[in-house]
Amino acid sequence: MELDLAFIWAGLIAFAVLAYVVLDGFDLGVGILFPLGKPGKQRDVMMNSVAPVWDGNETWLVLGGGGLFAVFPLAYGVIMSALYVPIIVMLLALIFRGVSFEYRWRAKRSQWVWDWAFFGGSLVAAFAQGVALGALVQGIPVEGRAYAGGWFDWLTPFSLLTGVAVVVGYALLGATWLIYKLEGPLQERMRQLSWVFGLGTLGLIGLVSIITPFLEPVYFERWFSLPGSLWTMFVPVLMIVLVWLFFSGLKQGKELQPFLAALGFFVVSFIGLGISFYPYLVPPKLSIWDAAAPDVSLAFALVGAVVLLPLILAYTGYAYWVFRGKVKEGEGYH
Amino acid sequence: MSEYFTAEFLARAQFAFTVSFHIIFPAFSIGLASFLAVLNALWLWRRERVYLDLFEYWKKIFAVVFGMGVVSGIVMSYEFGTNWAAFSDKAGPVIGPLLAYEVMSAFFLEAGFLGIMLFGRERVGDKLHMVATAIVALGTLLSAFWILSVNSWMQTPQGFEIAENGQFVPVDWWAIIFNPSFPYRLVHMVLAAFLTTAFAVGAVHAWHLLRNRDDAQARKGFSMAMWMALLVTPVQIFAGDLHGLNTLQHQPIKVAAMEGHFDREGDNQPIYIFGIPDEEAGKLRYPLGIPYLGSLILTHTWNEQIKGLNEFPREEWPPVGVVFWSFRIMLAIGFAMMVVGLWSAWARLKGRLYDSRALHKVALWMGPSGFVAILAGWFTTEVGRQPWTVQGYLRTSESLSPIDAPAVAASLIGFVVVYFLVFGAGIYYLLKLMNKPVVAAAATPDKEPTPVLAPQFDPDFLPDEDNGGNGNPGGNGNPGGSGNSGNSGNKGNH
Ligand code: HDD
Ligand code: HEM
Ligand code: HEM
Repeated sequence: MELDLAFIWAGLIAFAVLAYVVLDGFDLGVGILFPLGKPGKQRDVMMNSVAPVWDGNETWLVLGGGGLFAVFPLAYGVIMSALYVPIIVMLLALIFRGVSFEYRWRAKRSQWVWDWAFFGGSLVAAFAQGVALGALVQGIPVEGRAYAGGWFDWLTPFSLLTGVAVVVGYALLGATWLIYKLEGPLQERMRQLSWVFGLGTLGLIGLVSIITPFLEPVYFERWFSLPGSLWTMFVPVLMIVLVWLFFSGLKQGKELQPFLAALGFFVVSFIGLGISFYPYLVPPKLSIWDAAAPDVSLAFALVGAVVLLPLILAYTGYAYWVFRGKVKEGEGYH
Repeated sequence: MSEYFTAEFLARAQFAFTVSFHIIFPAFSIGLASFLAVLNALWLWRRERVYLDLFEYWKKIFAVVFGMGVVSGIVMSYEFGTNWAAFSDKAGPVIGPLLAYEVMSAFFLEAGFLGIMLFGRERVGDKLHMVATAIVALGTLLSAFWILSVNSWMQTPQGFEIAENGQFVPVDWWAIIFNPSFPYRLVHMVLAAFLTTAFAVGAVHAWHLLRNRDDAQARKGFSMAMWMALLVTPVQIFAGDLHGLNTLQHQPIKVAAMEGHFDREGDNQPIYIFGIPDEEAGKLRYPLGIPYLGSLILTHTWNEQIKGLNEFPREEWPPVGVVFWSFRIMLAIGFAMMVVGLWSAWARLKGRLYDSRALHKVALWMGPSGFVAILAGWFTTEVGRQPWTVQGYLRTSESLSPIDAPAVAASLIGFVVVYFLVFGAGIYYLLKLMNKPVVAAAATPDKEPTPVLAPQFDPDFLPDEDNGGNGNPGGNGNPGGSGNSGNSGNKGNH
């Protein structure tokens, strides 16, 4: 049997993007919640809960982009041109939040500047990612081998909605992460907020899911015609189980369960999106196979992925394990 | 004016701007990561406190630099798509996988172990912490390996064929990765990163010595930096020479521009020290040259000459002035570095390494030189490749994304403003950190504990021109000064 390299790579890229969304999702979420911590000690602890791992988390974004470049260069070029504005905004925002991890400790009088940069950068980056996602779901016009739209086509009510959805969703991930990593009053605060963000996230996911099938006829068919819909029923069912785990976990004061359930929300929504998209990479025109690089490139990169990705997962897991447990005040090397 | 408001020009300006900022930080972190690994190893091996003090000191600086490298690098990895979509589509099958290898083999490695290196000594113990530190250093080198392979392939492409849809299709990966200019570029760049770091480290410790020449940590740091300067600069010059000869073979037009060589004149080729390239007229005005040297260096004969620019079609010329001048800036710095290295050796022989104020001042001034040389070198390389993105196969004008000029202009402005603000602040914090002397770890029992009270300095005070000379009232009466390792007098202002 011939290996369908393009298909395998589509799966790997999807995995990288998902890994990015859930991992950087919670640390961007911590940034979005940052103003809720009191300036000084509380914020120190919030930031330290992600400081040792954020760089690794963000590297999945580089793999998502770099991987797309490697194996679907056409899609990479088209998507980046079409989403020029949100992507640039996201990059600029990520600069602000990325540097605050170090600058914040170096500044004395101006610490508040970097507190705001951390918050603002996280918020804007999350929003821009959501907008980019919405714009991709809406579909991107392609002619020949290039993007064929204007530089503001991405801006629609739908993409703004997905922008808000991602911000609220990341805030939820951040809040539940902090429940897991913190103690005391701030943890209590996050527990209360998780109810709000949880309901908000679920409501927005619902809204987006209701609209999506009507954006493209293909999506509609995928979800509402037999026998496909039998398969797709699986998604809502899984979601209901997760919702139950989430709220019961919150209620019983569990520390890890709400976080894992919130991650689950993202995974399931992502699978749902995947079902809508497949086999397109850039709907409605470019399929996985249209956009794929020649097989020689796919195969060469795959060798690396097969060897290196398990290693990456292993040492990333190790790094999380080293920094397990509650974050204490005054920890860190600064 | 409108000539400069094309999407193409703006995209080039934007790429040049963002990548120039980016390279500054990785160059420093490649060097610092290895320096830190060496310091940590020396500390574990010899258990001399001074190494740990230096490690802790440079670690903080490394963390800031590394952070700036990461955020500016993420921009780079998306910019290929946003601004160079046509290039991405066509060259993606060849260079995309190399960049993917960079992410998988280098970036994750650095990112995964950075946290442990910075925060984890207590949690994982000395040994694993050493492993993490070494892995971070290895990651930075692997990163350089892949990205330079990519860049070198764009300079000297091979190992592919061109498909009907215009894409470069890889045929031989080995030939692609180890393309003809790659080994030279890799060696030259890594040495450049080490040298840049050596001079930056040397400048910081020279600054501390100028204020207090008994500062034990500053002595150790300065001495290590000067060893690097002495030993590595000649190797770098040699490597640069080989690099140039290789370029002559593959990109003769670039070398002609670097040399300011328009026509064969006379019976030998001089090396022009000065001159003003006049592209219109096709000649070098006000040339000041050393006869025979060009023939000697470039052809290893007395009077053979290389092809001049006028022997190539004009539409193949790079912008000659930029290439000519940036090349000279790099060379001048290279030789200046060698002079400093030799001077330090002489001072060391005379036992005056820690007392020669003139040497310390010069070392202070040479602090930024490596960064300038690196930028100058890259400008030579990249501008010299114009008008091609993939030499001989894909023109810069055919590489562009279908984006409107206003979008590129707006994002260019965004980058300029944000970079100056954010990296400006970063550089300010770095200078502040560097201004503080190395703090000796809380009094260790085996070192003499009597701190000598030295004058206090304002930590916010940044180095400037006339301060270097008068900041050192304390140390005059103490030449030689060996065995003073316990001195930690002025370390109070952390
Ligand atoms: C500390 C930095 C530094 C120093 C002191 C030097 N260089 Fe350099 N040079 C670089 C840093 C650099 C660089 C940034 O690493 C470049 C840019 C691209 C590359 O491959 O290396 C470079 C490029 C570069 C090129 C262009 C090659 C090409 O584009 O094909 C040549 C011919 C040389 N160098 C030669 C020299 C010589 C003869 C030097 C001795 C005086 C020298 N360099 C000092
Ligand atoms: C980090 C050090 C680097 C510096 C300072 C640098 C500098 C520059 C400059 C000044 C230009 C503009 C040339 C012109 O338009 O006249 C340029 C263009 C470019 N460089 Fe580099 N470069 C660097 C590394 C790289 C690397 C590693 C790559 C590839 C992986 C690369 C790929 C490109 C591309 C695609 C362009 C745009 C197209 C072009 O103008 O040729 N550069 N670079
Ligand atoms: C256009 C070309 C380039 C691209 C696309 C690029 C991309 C990137 C990216 C995405 C990162 C962040 C990695 C992370 O998340 O940890 C990064 C960092 C880094 N880059 Fe670049 N880079 C380019 C040029 C260069 C060059 C020329 C060098 C050195 C020779 C270099 C060396 C590094 C290193 C060592 C890091 C680690 C971070 C640091 O040390 O500051 N890069 N780069």
